[in-house]
Amino acid sequence: MDKKYIVSPNPHIHANVSTTSIMRDVIIALCPALVVSVLAYGWAELLVVAVSVASCVLLEWAVTRWMLKKPSTVGDLSAVVTGLLLAMNLPSAIPLWIVFIGAFVAICVAKLPFGGVGQNVFNPAITGRVFLLVSFPAQMTNWAPTKGFVPLPDAISGATPLGALKEALKSGSTIPEFMSANHYDMASFLWDAGASAGEISAGALIVGFVYLLIRRVVKPWIPLCILLTMAVISAIFHGVNPDLYTGVQFNLLTGGAMLGALFMATDYVTSPMSTLGGVIYGIGIGVIAMMIRYFGSYPEGMSFAILLMNCAVPLLNMWFHQKKYGRA
Amino acid sequence: MGKLTFSMGGVHPHDSKYARECAIEELPLPQTVYVSMAQHLGAPAKPLVAVGDQVKVGQVIAEPGGFISAFIHSPASGTVKSIAPRKDLAGNPVMHVEIAVEGDEWDPAIDRSPELVTAIPDDKAAILERIKACGVVGLGGATFPTHVKLSPPPGKVAECLIINGAECEPFLTSDYRIMIERPKEIVIGAAIMQKVLGGCPCVIGIEENKPEGIARMHAAVAELGYPGIRVQVLKKRYPQGGEKQLIDAVMHRQVKSGGLPIDVGAVVQNVATSLAVYEAVQKNKPLITNVLTITGDTLPVEKQHNYLFRIGVPLSFIVEQAGGVPETAAKLISGGPMMGKAISNLDATTVKGSSSVLYLSDAATRRKAESNCIRCGKCADACPMGLEPFLLNRLYKAGDLDALEKNAAQDCIECGCCLYSCPANIPLLDHIRQAKGQVMGVIRARAAAAKAAAEAAKAAAETQK
Repeated sequence: MDKKYIVSPNPHIHANVSTTSIMRDVIIALCPALVVSVLAYGWAELLVVAVSVASCVLLEWAVTRWMLKKPSTVGDLSAVVTGLLLAMNLPSAIPLWIVFIGAFVAICVAKLPFGGVGQNVFNPAITGRVFLLVSFPAQMTNWAPTKGFVPLPDAISGATPLGALKEALKSGSTIPEFMSANHYDMASFLWDAGASAGEISAGALIVGFVYLLIRRVVKPWIPLCILLTMAVISAIFHGVNPDLYTGVQFNLLTGGAMLGALFMATDYVTSPMSTLGGVIYGIGIGVIAMMIRYFGSYPEGMSFAILLMNCAVPLLNMWFHQKKYGRA
Repeated sequence: MGKLTFSMGGVHPHDSKYARECAIEELPLPQTVYVSMAQHLGAPAKPLVAVGDQVKVGQVIAEPGGFISAFIHSPASGTVKSIAPRKDLAGNPVMHVEIAVEGDEWDPAIDRSPELVTAIPDDKAAILERIKACGVVGLGGATFPTHVKLSPPPGKVAECLIINGAECEPFLTSDYRIMIERPKEIVIGAAIMQKVLGGCPCVIGIEENKPEGIARMHAAVAELGYPGIRVQVLKKRYPQGGEKQLIDAVMHRQVKSGGLPIDVGAVVQNVATSLAVYEAVQKNKPLITNVLTITGDTLPVEKQHNYLFRIGVPLSFIVEQAGGVPETAAKLISGGPMMGKAISNLDATTVKGSSSVLYLSDAATRRKAESNCIRCGKCADACPMGLEPFLLNRLYKAGDLDALEKNAAQDCIECGCCLYSCPANIPLLDHIRQAKGQVMGVIRARAAAAKAAAEAAKAAAETQK
């Protein structure tokens, strides 16, 4: 043979999936919720998203090229996903320099020091968000809606539904009183005010997640376990004392439950590999989130619940394995 | 009954069976054929001819070199020119008998008439002897001697004979073509093997992407009317035709790690093997021909072929006959794109197990740069053995043989699903293959040590008496 041919072991073909194509799918899946949030919060929201994504990408590029002297990994789009998820967890009125700090923590603390994509223990976007929440509590809970392109129904200002509720309960009112005073109903939860970008429309998040399911990027077990666990716990507590504990609908549709369950907890890197591990991980997140909501001092607990369960992932990976062929 | 499939893992590559409409054509004879002495699993065969001998088509030229080995017959008539080492398709030296082709004179004992012989002989031992004497080996890929597989060890009973017509590898169409063109011979071959195995039921498993093959085989089974043979449609899913996967799909049983199919009552034979058994037993024709597909992702369909070739014809001759290696080819493969072997030497000869020459373009085959594992778990989802390739890869790099054995690296069937589906292009199978070899070495050494210790203890007990 005169010409040189490739000689390498099997397989000789590839499924043509890549980290980039997977991340691109996640970006596409986040688009419906992004569109809703920009419509609701206008230019301010668009700026938050732009600054968050640009900061994440630039920081990753700068660190890999200048500090690590390695080929840049921004082409895999994982920094874009982190930037989008971080932005969707922030209020639209937040000062942009705080957004940058969040991006810095996500990329330069949570992601790259561990070895970059695939190596991080904690979800970078949530780490960034939690850092901001404990460092800048005032700015992070200023939910005054910025001027949107489309008017929001029943807009309330100042706090998320969960935050407002926590305050109301502290001042002695009961849940039915709070609900009737604030006109919460099903419709307002699917297109809701007073929340961070990713929390406005559970409907838009679900549409995006269904896209990921169809593209076989994610499997439904983790979100199902989280949401079911939250539903069961809130059904029990609400059933026992509806004056003190909020119900199923309220818990599933507020406070980042959907964003967290569908897009943050399903992050490949920081969730278990096996199905059974994923089920336990999901149940754990649901339990912790509900305990924080009912008994903790923070109004909502998805971010902390996911970070806490991230810690358990190495153990879950060690304990639970796939069923093997021909072995009991 | 609905379509069946195996219970875990698997991938769905595009089937790319572009050569499916290409009828089988008989390839002419070259001036020289090279017959490899190592074209079956087990010990190489020992040549029985000497340089200068005259041979006829179908004449025995080599005998088995051990219990697991096979007879080899001359694919052409002519003079033995040399018996010497020659490079195989990977470039390794293997003993070959070189024959200068003169005419096409067949051994008169071979029945070359086209008549179908449907009566199944009664004498099981005679059937097995004929299969062995004709050098029949498994043509599904492993080339395991068929007579050995059809002789279950004492205490083991065959409960089901599975005829493998899955042909789950993309591109390959040789099994499909023989199911279309020679369905009755395949069914008779199956009935013969069924007889040898004591009359157990026989299931012919075919993937759903071959509707015409399924129809022809159905019709042949119905027309011939042998009891206990049926066609089972399988879902399209790679590696459906893997022996362990096919047993799982058809019988819902799983072969234990380190065990044999017969342990769960299964015997699996390929459709091409079934055809070879028919020709051996009913026509006394040894295994000297097989069907091979010439195909590729950028090869125009009119240049694709299914050739009936004499086993021992050099690959270069076949490639020449088919119009040469296309300009766009970046990799030449013998076998399918998932499990085939890259050809580094086109002068290599064809062997009993040759099933294709596949040309893949650079775009289709070149591996992309490896990046970080993103722990997506796609490799574990794809593994048909339920292994965790990402974990085995990590353990291999750490050199942890104990953990590799515990995590069943030795169970890997090297199907390639893990690397095929890895978004980070990590060479999972390359590493796991190495790991498997090392773990097998440890297991064998341990078994040998245990045996030696047992013998020493026995000897010590004897001397004490």
